[in-house]
Order: sequence, then structure tokens, then C-alpha cells
Amino acid sequence: MNNVFVYCEIESGKVADVSLELLTKGRVLANTLGCDLEAVAIGHQLDGIEKELALYGADTIHVADAPELAPFRTLPHAAIVCGLFKEEKPQIALFGASSVGRDLAPRVSSALHSGLTADCTSLEIGDHTDAKSGTTYTNLLYQIRPAFGGNIIATIINPDHRPQMATVREGVMKKEPAQTPGKGIVKKIDASKYLNDTDFVVRIIDRQIEDRKINIKNAPVIVAGGYGMGSKENFAILYELAEVLGGEVGASRAAVDAGMTDHARQVGQTGVTVRPKLYIACGISGQIQHTAGMDGSSMVISINTDPNAPINKIADYAIVGDVMEVVPKMIKYYKQNSK
Amino acid sequence: MKKTLKIVVLAKQVPDTRNVGKDAMKADGTVNRAALPAIFNPEDLNALEQALVLKDRFPGSEVTLLTMGPGRAAEIIREAMFRGADGGVLLSDRKFAGSDTLATSYALSRAILKLNPDIIVAGRQAIDGDTAQVGPQVAEKLGWPQITYVEEIVGTEGDELIIKRRLEQGVETVACPLPLLMTVNASAPECRPRHAKRVMKYKYAKTASEAQSASTDYDDTLRKERPYLNITEWSVADVDADDAQLGLAGSPTKVKKIENVVFAAKEAKRLTAADSDIDGLMKELIASHTLG
Repeated sequence: MNNVFVYCEIESGKVADVSLELLTKGRVLANTLGCDLEAVAIGHQLDGIEKELALYGADTIHVADAPELAPFRTLPHAAIVCGLFKEEKPQIALFGASSVGRDLAPRVSSALHSGLTADCTSLEIGDHTDAKSGTTYTNLLYQIRPAFGGNIIATIINPDHRPQMATVREGVMKKEPAQTPGKGIVKKIDASKYLNDTDFVVRIIDRQIEDRKINIKNAPVIVAGGYGMGSKENFAILYELAEVLGGEVGASRAAVDAGMTDHARQVGQTGVTVRPKLYIACGISGQIQHTAGMDGSSMVISINTDPNAPINKIADYAIVGDVMEVVPKMIKYYKQNSK
Repeated sequence: MKKTLKIVVLAKQVPDTRNVGKDAMKADGTVNRAALPAIFNPEDLNALEQALVLKDRFPGSEVTLLTMGPGRAAEIIREAMFRGADGGVLLSDRKFAGSDTLATSYALSRAILKLNPDIIVAGRQAIDGDTAQVGPQVAEKLGWPQITYVEEIVGTEGDELIIKRRLEQGVETVACPLPLLMTVNASAPECRPRHAKRVMKYKYAKTASEAQSASTDYDDTLRKERPYLNITEWSVADVDADDAQLGLAGSPTKVKKIENVVFAAKEAKRLTAADSDIDGLMKELIASHTLG
């Protein structure tokens, strides 16, 4: 009872990276709180899935395995998670901020009347004293996220309602097997007691699941463009530099919103979180919403006409100049020097 | 499938987070909306378009925009009417102030019960919070199925709507009977523009509060003659909502702390666009094995 729970996403029998990242974080939180880490796996043909989940620290794995539970559908998964949570009373429940998690978690939070914070960039344990009532709460989950277009960082708490729920995007937390694996005890969920016929009202007719064509997450070098690039055409020079350096092109939200490139390339709180060896920020001002997704880069070079752009505060090298002038020179001198 | 549908569009007037000033936040950590330019939340416009597509497909259907907010949020109801909505409801009451997504969903669900629609269309998320929670939470409060990330309403099959969803890993097509709630993605078609005739027809549409605060005799006469110029305005009492589930008191999440963003200062090496600077930089990056 009162343990830390992670809802694990499973696509074609494979556990999603974001779920393993959450287990890694959940293990740390459970250790701080002195409680167990439990995983929820709902799907079909899940035999043996407990091994991988235990490796990432899960002590107990609640498994609901039936053909009608895969692929993911909101209502049956929500009914099972709600039923399980009512019995197990988790103190913390974590979901991926993915297509699945952002669909499921709000439904569950509404049914259980518990608070939910979306797209957290950090989770910590801490205390809180309510200013009005003077009540002190210990060991709350601090749910930390940029808000309001990235102009502020908010710490959200749920003092009075359980579970304390949060979603986290893929790549925000590190994925690391636990130092000591979890106990890996499997508990079969009797799903029939939570499910009704009406939970299957949505029928999936067709699914076209593609391997993600654009994957900037693992690129060693990212050349990212911001709104300052001015146009889609100007982005071409970034692709050229990325190709020469063996990297990928990233973008800020403003550039993606302006239609300069695909959403799959968006770096930041509402995009992908990256940790490349080298991040070259071109015409990016450096709003916190963006930097939250790249400040783990080993080295940052900014190119901006504004010497006071916020990005320069986290950059190792700040080139004050026009991207359209600087980038071609980078290509030229890289080729010249790398021969 | 019914011949005509009652469609409710959930929309929000949001502060334009691209233009934020210093006085944007209040001391209690809530947003000081009065200090910011307000716009129609972008994905709610995509949602309005899907509602209008349904109306095109089911002639005689009725599209009602439902929004919760302060008095000036009536602006987005007029905007929706200019683009094709039949009318709107403004849910406005001081008791709603400080509501988190759950309290907001509860309030909206109370208004929806009164409107009794066949289908609800909402934007995926609002740009001030980026949570994407209100759609699914409203669906749960109503006990309705939810179809998130909608890109296209493909058609109908018997009593079911066929809907295409855009997921991170691909595309999914689902079938679902009414009633249902869908949330629409930015990748769905853009909203049709204002229609000049509709602008002429609806430009004097006002809520009762707006009519009270600024109105001419001419406006008043017009609204008496043309009932469609009266935008419905509901309070907590009008939707029979429970005070305890609204506002800060009805919100499980609390803001503990707000930090304005200040980056930890670090010395950046300053360079210019001069050839010697760039040449030197590339040499350093190669020497340190950052590149190559």
C-alpha cells in the first residue's frame, strides 16, 4: 500500500523507453520514501515482461493480459488502472507524457479526483506548510514544470489527494537499470471485475504504426534553428551543416509553429529532450521551454545577432552574428580542418 | 445516425504566451490575465473547423461554442459566430477563478449537461498550460468515450463516426457511436476564415454583462428584434454546480512556488562571424573530439 506506481506502455510486446525512464526515476523516489516501486502492465502476450521491469527497479508488477487489451484503448485501460489504484492506494502514480499517457492519465485523475501535472521536467520529494491553515505535509511529490510559455517554472503539489499524479516526456529522465533490481513479483490483475461491455465501445479499425522517421534523440550533434531563421528556405543551410557534421536538425517551438520544419524536430518541453555532444543553436533566443530540452548538452554554441539573447547565458560559445553568414563558414572551415 | 446533431465546441481564450510582460503573474502564482493580449486558443480553432465540417455533413446541425472565462472571453464566441458557429455560451463567475484542470472540467461538464449535445469537439490543449487534460477529464465526468488527437472525421458507418487520429508513432482509425468527445490536433485542417455576411450579422452579438456595461439604444433595440444577438451567459447557479468543486478549493493541485526564469550565469566565450573566429572554433572542436 501507498507505494510508487508507474503505468508501463507496451507496444507490440515492447516496453516504451519513457516507461523505463519513469521506473528509473520511480525507483529513486521510492528509495527516498522508503516504499516499494510497482509497475502496471496492461496488454497482451506479456509473459516474461516482469524481467525487464524488475531490472529497472519494479518490486511488484501488476499484469492484465488479454487479447482485447492491446493495442491501447482509453476506456478499458482507464477502468483497470482506476480499479487497481482504488485497491492499492498508491501515493504517487507516474505516466509517460506520450500519446498514450496524455490520453489515459487525465481520465484516471478525473475518476479518482486526484491532481495531475502534465509534462514535468523534474520530480522531487519535499515538505510543505500551508500558509493559511498552518498544516504541515511531509514527503510530498514536487512536480516541477515550466509553465506559461516557458516564462516561469512552477512547482505543483497535491497536498490532500492521492495518488499524486504526473506525466513526464520521453527523454527527460535518464534510463538506467537499478543498482539492485526490484523483487519482480508478478500479481495478475483480475480485469473482469473492473471492466464493462461499454468500455469497448471504441473500435480500432486500422493502425499504421511507423518507426519514427526522424529521430533526433540519439544524434551526437544537433543543429537547431529558431524563429530567427526567418523562413523554411533558410533552414536548408542547417540541414547542410548537420549533414557535414554527422548530426540532425532540431528546432524551437516557434520555428515549428511557424511551419519552418516538422514537429518531430522540436526540442524542448513540448518536444524532444536531447543530450548531444554538441548543440548548435541558430537564431534561437533561448526561452526556458526550449532550454529545458537541451541544457544537458555537453557543449552549446549559439549563433544569434542579439548579443544579449538568453541562450548565450547557457552557451559555451556565443557567436554574435548572422546565421546565414556564420553557418556557411562553419561548413567551410570544418571541411578544411578535418581533412 | 441522427439526421442533425447538437455539437458543442469547447474553446478557451488564452493569453498569447509569445507576448508576456513582467506583470503576467500574480503573487499567488495564478495568471494575471488582465495584463496580457488574449487570443482564440489555436487548437480550439482546429476543433471549431471539425465541428463545422460535421455541420456541413449533417445540414441543420447546431454548433454552440462553450467557453469558461472572464467577461471578455465573449470575444471568441463572436469570432466563432463570424466563422460559422450558431451561437455560444459564456460560463463566467468569480467562483471559477483559480480552477485547475479538474475543477474546470467539472464546471464545463455541468454546463454541457444543460446543453445536452450529441458530440463535443475540443482542441487538444491550450497554449497557456499545454496540459491536454480538460478534454479527457470532461469526457470522464460525463461518462462518455474520448477520441484524442483527431485529425479528420472520415465519415459515418451505421451509427458510428469513423475518425482518424494522429499518434506519435503513426495513425489510427477508430469507429465510435455517439455521444462522444473528441480533441483535435494542430495537424488537422485550419479553421475557415470569417465570412463577411456573418460578420455583419453577428457583430452586435453581446452577453448580458457586455450589454449592461457598454451599449447604445440602437444596440438594445437590435438585440430585442434579433434574439440571435444575445450570447448566453451562465453563472455557477445557472449550471447548478457545487461550489466545493470549483476554484482554488475544488482544485487538487496547488501551486507551491513560482520562479521567474533566470538562467544560472556562465561565462560564454564570445566570438564574431569573422573568418578567423570560425576557423579557430572549428579547429578547437576537432581537437577536443567534439566533432569528427
